[in-house]
Amino acid sequence: MKRLVILGGGTAGTVVANKLRRRLVLEDWRITVIDRVPDHLYQPGLLFVPFGGREDLLKPRRRLLRAGIELLIGEVAAVDPERKSVKLLDGDVVCYDYLVIATGTSSRPDQTPGMLGAEWRHSIHDFYTYDGAFALRDALQGFTGGRLVVHVVEQPIKCPVAPLEFTFLAEAFFRWREMRDQVEIVYVTPLDGAFTKPIASRYLGRLLDERKITVETDFLVERVDADRKTLVSYDEREIGYDLLVTVPLNMGADFIGASGLGDELNYVPVDKHTLQSRAHPDIFAIGDANDLPTSKAGSVAHFSSEIFVENFFQYVEGLAMTHRFDGHANCFVETGDGKGLLIDFNYDTEPLPGRFPFGRLGPLSLLHETKANHWGKLAFRWIYWNLLVKGRWLPIPSRMSMSGKHRPDEEVRP
Amino acid sequence: MTTIHREIHTDAEGFLTEYDEWTDDLAVQLAAGIGIELSDEHWKAIRFLREDYPTHGETATLRRVSTLAGIPVKQLFALFPGKPAKKMAYVAGLPKPRGCV
Ligand SMILES: Cc1cc2nc3c(=O)[nH]c(=O)nc-3n(C[C@H](O)[C@H](O)[C@H](O)COP(=O)(O)OP(=O)(O)OC[C@H]3O[C@@H](n4cnc5c(N)ncnc54)[C@H](O)[C@@H]3O)c2cc1C
Repeated sequence: MKRLVILGGGTAGTVVANKLRRRLVLEDWRITVIDRVPDHLYQPGLLFVPFGGREDLLKPRRRLLRAGIELLIGEVAAVDPERKSVKLLDGDVVCYDYLVIATGTSSRPDQTPGMLGAEWRHSIHDFYTYDGAFALRDALQGFTGGRLVVHVVEQPIKCPVAPLEFTFLAEAFFRWREMRDQVEIVYVTPLDGAFTKPIASRYLGRLLDERKITVETDFLVERVDADRKTLVSYDEREIGYDLLVTVPLNMGADFIGASGLGDELNYVPVDKHTLQSRAHPDIFAIGDANDLPTSKAGSVAHFSSEIFVENFFQYVEGLAMTHRFDGHANCFVETGDGKGLLIDFNYDTEPLPGRFPFGRLGPLSLLHETKANHWGKLAFRWIYWNLLVKGRWLPIPSRMSMSGKHRPDEEVRP
Repeated sequence: MTTIHREIHTDAEGFLTEYDEWTDDLAVQLAAGIGIELSDEHWKAIRFLREDYPTHGETATLRRVSTLAGIPVKQLFALFPGKPAKKMAYVAGLPKPRGCV
């Protein structure tokens, strides 16, 4: 009997386990998922928590995994690729024939001097964690005005549009509370614009402008001076705040670094088309845990899982892997007031305007604010729990399509 | 006299597009063009970037340089003031660092 061990039962780990369990013979394959906590968190839902949304955030992992998948709850402490074994913090050792690392990435406020301390969760907040999002909700409720600074420490972060979305939603929140004129909103980024890719950056930059949100670019934070409520950059610029909402440094799991499997941020270097570890062929890293040059997002975890599964059958048969991941990512961007926009891109094509997913028929619009896009984002929660993580079919192909897209300078016929 | 522009291929922002067209002399000229005189410290960072690129496949980030080459980020800001990641890549003849989507 062969054994496949999957570290992490989040988006990628769950999709991969379910898809493989359907097609690998039960008598021949033992599939084990290891996660440190029993509940699966729907992370896209965290964005809405500070503004009062809280539905369907957590579900037991056991219920999301098909019968015939073994679930172990425990913290992974180390992987030994030579002995092909995984060591848990409680001392247990699990051996594998094939290993999938899907332990994602997490927020590390401890990596920025001054961030963790007496002011953490008082005047300094995050919304990338369950507890953080709820603490921020209380802080926003109690905020009486002043300067709100939304801040990103360093790229890459998971869901790189989430801090922009938070900014748009916060602006709308204060407007609805009729206190917008008492709140100054500043968006502080290490990038040289609102977003990474030029065309999307232009569109999103315009939306920030319209909403009178100041953008501070090229700001690489060195430390937080929590007593003076000030962000200090490496080039000695200072930005004061009354309420700071930061996205701390995102890093892969510590065991990846400790086992010598990671880069400087504990991400596993992989082949960008097959997700196979560059150092150990029997190890694959799927989702946020790898170093792919595309967004760290649930959509990427999902699209790349489909490619991985097809390749895995070939790999275990000793065949060449013929399926190639193109870096496809697809993200809804909430812009406030019940609207949103959508971006769709891959390694080679930056987010472009147009219609999605059925070419000119849409019904969704790329890089353009509509109500339909907002409903798409909300519908995504149902799709996530009922189709995506279950490994069922989704109407979006894993490869990006140019259908419906156009470059902004190209003529579009209606 | 030859100008550097006749020998090299660059993108619209002046970043070299051919890894092998880079030389030490060129680095000195590129650096001078943006007001930097290269010291040993500069060279340590540039050599690391050059060596890292072929295996890593991407221009190293400031964090990567600081972790793997042991040059603190603060010092990189002092060596290449303003936009150190971009300036280092420019002088080292590598693509502009990808902003990470
Ligand atoms: C606020 C927010 C909004 C987002 N919005 C969107 C969105 O709109 N669309 C989108 O596509 N994506 C979105 N994302 C990103 C998306 O949630 C992630 O990219 C996706 O969950 C990645 O899946 P993953 O399986 O790689 O990692 P995860 O789903 O994070 O799973 C990793 C798992 O590994 C476990 N683990 C970690 N370390 C260990 C260890 N040492 N031992 C045992 N278990 C361990 C964790 O408990 C976790 O269950 C958002 C993320 C956030 C934070």
